[in-house]
Amino acid sequence: MKPTRLVVIGNGMVGQRFLEEIVARELALDITVFSEEARVAYDRVQLSSYFSGASAEDLSLVTPGFFAEHGIHLMLGESVQRIDRERCVVVGSAGSEVPYDTLVLATGSYPFVPPIEGNDREGCHVYRTIDDLDAIAATAKSSRSGVVIGGGLLGLEAAKALKDLGLETHVVEFAPQLMAVQLDVQGGTLLREKIAALDVSVHTGKATQRIEAGDSQRHRLVFSDGELETDLVLFSAGIRPRDQLARDAGILVGERGGVIIDDHCATSDPAIFAIGEVALWSGRIYGLVAPGYDMARQLAAHLAKDEKAKFQGADMSTKLKLLGVEVGSIGDAQARTVGARICQIDDSVAGTYKKLVLNAAGDRLLGAVLVGDTSDYGTLLQYHLNDMALPSSPLSMILPAGDGKPALGVDALPDSAQICSCNNVSKGDLCSAISQGCCTMAGLKSETRASATCGGCTALVKQVLDAELKRQGVAVNNHLCEHFAYSRQELYHLVRINGIRQFDALIKDHGRGHGCEICKPAAASIFASCWNDFVLDKPHVGLQDTNDNFLANLQKDGSYSVVPRIPGGEITPEKLIVIGEVAKKYDLYTKITGGQRIDLFGARVEQLPLIWRDLVDEGFESGHAYGKSLRTVKSCVGSTWCRYGVQDSVAMAIFLEERYRGLRSPHKLKMAVSGCTRECAEAQSKDVGVIATEKGWNLYLCGNGGMRPRHAELFASDLDDATLVRYIDRFLMFYIRTADRLQRTSVWRDNLEGGLSYLQAVVIDDSLGLADELESHMQAVVDTYACEWKRTIEDPVAMSRFRPFLNDDSADEALVYVRERGQKRPARLSEKATDAMAARIPVLETQS
Amino acid sequence: MSLATPTHAIFDDWHEICGSDEIVTGTGMPARVLGRQLAIFSTNEGYFALGNCDPFSGANVLARGIIGDIGGKLVVASPVYKQHFCLRTGICLEDMSVTVPVWRVNVRDGRVFVSEGER
Ligand code: SRM
Ligand SMILES: Cc1cc2nc3c(=O)[nH]c(=O)nc-3n(C[C@H](O)[C@H](O)[C@H](O)COP(=O)(O)OP(=O)(O)OC[C@H]3O[C@@H](n4cnc5c(N)ncnc54)[C@H](O)[C@@H]3O)c2cc1C
Ligand code: SF4
Ligand code: FES
Repeated sequence: MKPTRLVVIGNGMVGQRFLEEIVARELALDITVFSEEARVAYDRVQLSSYFSGASAEDLSLVTPGFFAEHGIHLMLGESVQRIDRERCVVVGSAGSEVPYDTLVLATGSYPFVPPIEGNDREGCHVYRTIDDLDAIAATAKSSRSGVVIGGGLLGLEAAKALKDLGLETHVVEFAPQLMAVQLDVQGGTLLREKIAALDVSVHTGKATQRIEAGDSQRHRLVFSDGELETDLVLFSAGIRPRDQLARDAGILVGERGGVIIDDHCATSDPAIFAIGEVALWSGRIYGLVAPGYDMARQLAAHLAKDEKAKFQGADMSTKLKLLGVEVGSIGDAQARTVGARICQIDDSVAGTYKKLVLNAAGDRLLGAVLVGDTSDYGTLLQYHLNDMALPSSPLSMILPAGDGKPALGVDALPDSAQICSCNNVSKGDLCSAISQGCCTMAGLKSETRASATCGGCTALVKQVLDAELKRQGVAVNNHLCEHFAYSRQELYHLVRINGIRQFDALIKDHGRGHGCEICKPAAASIFASCWNDFVLDKPHVGLQDTNDNFLANLQKDGSYSVVPRIPGGEITPEKLIVIGEVAKKYDLYTKITGGQRIDLFGARVEQLPLIWRDLVDEGFESGHAYGKSLRTVKSCVGSTWCRYGVQDSVAMAIFLEERYRGLRSPHKLKMAVSGCTRECAEAQSKDVGVIATEKGWNLYLCGNGGMRPRHAELFASDLDDATLVRYIDRFLMFYIRTADRLQRTSVWRDNLEGGLSYLQAVVIDDSLGLADELESHMQAVVDTYACEWKRTIEDPVAMSRFRPFLNDDSADEALVYVRERGQKRPARLSEKATDAMAARIPVLETQS
Repeated sequence: MSLATPTHAIFDDWHEICGSDEIVTGTGMPARVLGRQLAIFSTNEGYFALGNCDPFSGANVLARGIIGDIGGKLVVASPVYKQHFCLRTGICLEDMSVTVPVWRVNVRDGRVFVSEGER
């Protein structure tokens, strides 16, 4: 039997998805696809990212070799001119005639350009293809300003693109509000305010009558009530289905365009199907990709004789970030349903507007509008799509995050709940992938496609993943790595209770294999917290992360940085001079850090001991900038000098830094002490923050700067010195014993069951009866402190590892520097390659 | 330990590097051979040598990586961006198209020798 000849017209988003769905079903087909564009399918949804740096390849939706691998004939750059239904052939623009048994139209749509005079002037554009974008960018080069005609979803996206191109940007909308399809009047008004605040001029209620040559700029737009000059015009006034081929062939189309299809995507000719934006189902065209993907899937299933396959319409809810403004629209946003009730929060201070449209009984969600904050979108959409009963006070669902806000337990969702609408992935699909061993977001994404398109469902997918992993039992997820079937906390207890002091013994008795770069440093840290042995001793040296391994921070070229401790940021002029002299002697790049001390960069591995010998001789010690350990205790100048200070914050900072220096912990630790509530030391962003009061000290815990800032929480007030230190001792040791690997105190605290009050009970009220043990453990660590660098330069075995080579004393020739602003910096690749020898300082020259 | 390869090779292209006790078991050290930089590793399963240059950062630092095993393969993790390189084949586990050169290693009379070429 000859294979069925399948021809697909259009290789856009939906056409390509259809091909993928079809080949996955392994039918005997001879497939030809026509692509009018000169490139294969790409991600139109992310089109705008082309202006913020994505390349055409980045946007491609086709894995290399796809067509060849599946024997698909690709007619690239050739459009179909005619369908000859009598002979069952399609005729291409290059003259090719391809016969079909089954024909699929996936021709998408084209941007509608309003029929106004001058709409074809040079410098007038549309926004649909990569070629359009190239043309826009070319015009923009010689333009100062640009106007988008159309203030819908795509128009605002296009406005963002013009802004990214550096143009003064205007949006002209015919309707009295922006995004009239998705938003109500209030939402549209707030959106307008927000966009105007971003320096985009918004003109609503304006009908453009003609475009003519301008005086100061290329064009002049003439409205019934005024005019506007601009260099670039971008039409974004809606889309129209590309149904001309079907019309010409006598296939039924809708009154206002679109190829009419049934639930199997069949047109009035049973051999011909239509999917995507060209298709008209039940009187509607879907201008979004998710319904198109669903059509592609249903049609492929139908062709594979799956009787259940049916397209049944799609939800048009959307969530977008337009020009940085979050906008979400769900279901019946305009409250058109009879008897619909509304509750809303309109917070003009916060700049958010949230509206819920409820049924008459007030217990089901018909629709919603969110502007300025769409964090509730995922939850609301699930209530809407699954017809779930709302909590008794629906308004609570859109309150700002905080206590009292009911969380949507993903557990409450039925398995059939659709989590990713772009790719029709249900909660059940995710759960089964997870139970088959897919337990990372990346894995789930490639396995099920969830979150792979618009990304709007990412948060929800993650929630399902976490909940599922939790449900399937801890075993899945808290194992340190493939060598230890324990969490860090469990390993800590094994080490401590069994008195294990070395990795070989630990892995022999409790693990398997040789270990890796995850478990070795974790074990090294636990050994150090428990026994405080020298980290470069033979049994430990191979376990250390590279920074601990050489007691310095590795830089990108393989050199190291040196950070001496400067407790509390206080330093004498003499010591400041010493640092300057050492930096000069070894030609080190010198910078003041964000932690109130000085970092010296560009030391070669063999220079580290020399530099440190000089520093140690002058009374400096290691600053542990390399360790997962205490970094700095930042201070403000405090009562000694400051007219507002109420306590001596510098003295306290130095005391704390000297007490906890060298303490190895699951992640780094930062502290600060401020002399009064003005908080110049920023203590509330530290793991441990201390703020002076008239009566003593307020203690704040578990703050974090960095990637996810978190304010520290007030833990206890008006403490005297001794109590303050006791609490910090207990807190730190409790954290060290129970935290996960590389978990900062902030994340640990967020995951601590019982929260702040539990922590207060353990530390202040000693509810676990651990306080004495925690304190004496800390005291043992404090008592055994020794400067690692002092120790190292006195230890010949440790020193031997700082040789440049086993069999050669010369320096690494790859370390090349150039001078900039009076100091050295690593040469860039291009600089290394050029023969600009004059600017080059071979490191050898700077030897002492 | 004795040399498994034919003895005539020793004099031609085996290069003596150091004493076997100069590398702490479970760590690596850099060496220079024929103008090139090598990373020589001492593990519980013997000695291995790779090119010292980390192809992802361009820095000569593989000798400073942590040694371990991933899925049964003996590896070193680059100290810069943490990719794993197989000690036996030099192949990068995260991106199989990237490899670092592999050298043969032998230990005789307490001395470590390396030689270029296929293992
Ligand atoms: C040198 C310094 C930047 C500067 O020039 O000022 C710096 C440099 C580095 N920081 Fe930092 N951080 C420095 C202050 C900070 C601060 C500000 C502060 O401490 O007041 C923060 C935010 C506060 C915080 O941590 O809560 C900060 C948040 C980070 C983070 C993110 C931590 C987080 O929890 O999100 C990392 C990454 C990490 O640790 O995993 C990081 C990591 C690094 C590393 C170690 C990255 C690396 O692996 O190469 C940098 C190497 C330093 C080196 O080679 O010496 N650095 N880093 C600052 C050294 C302070 C010091 O004297 O020790
Ligand atoms: C800037 C922009 C942003 C968007 N953002 C979103 C979003 O956030 N969310 C969302 O859901 N949707 C969004 N969309 C819409 C989404 O891109 C479309 O729904 C989707 O691309 C439709 O897929 P399609 O295959 O039907 O059409 P298309 O992707 O347009 O593909 C049709 C292809 O067929 C080709 N073709 C047409 N006629 C012929 C012929 N005769 N012969 C050969 N080839 C032919 C066309 O050249 C085209 O390449 C956006 C669109 C744009 C332009
Ligand atoms: S902010 Fe980033 S780049 Fe700057 S020092 Fe910190 S880690 Fe390095
Ligand atoms: S909803 Fe768009 S990627 Fe999942």
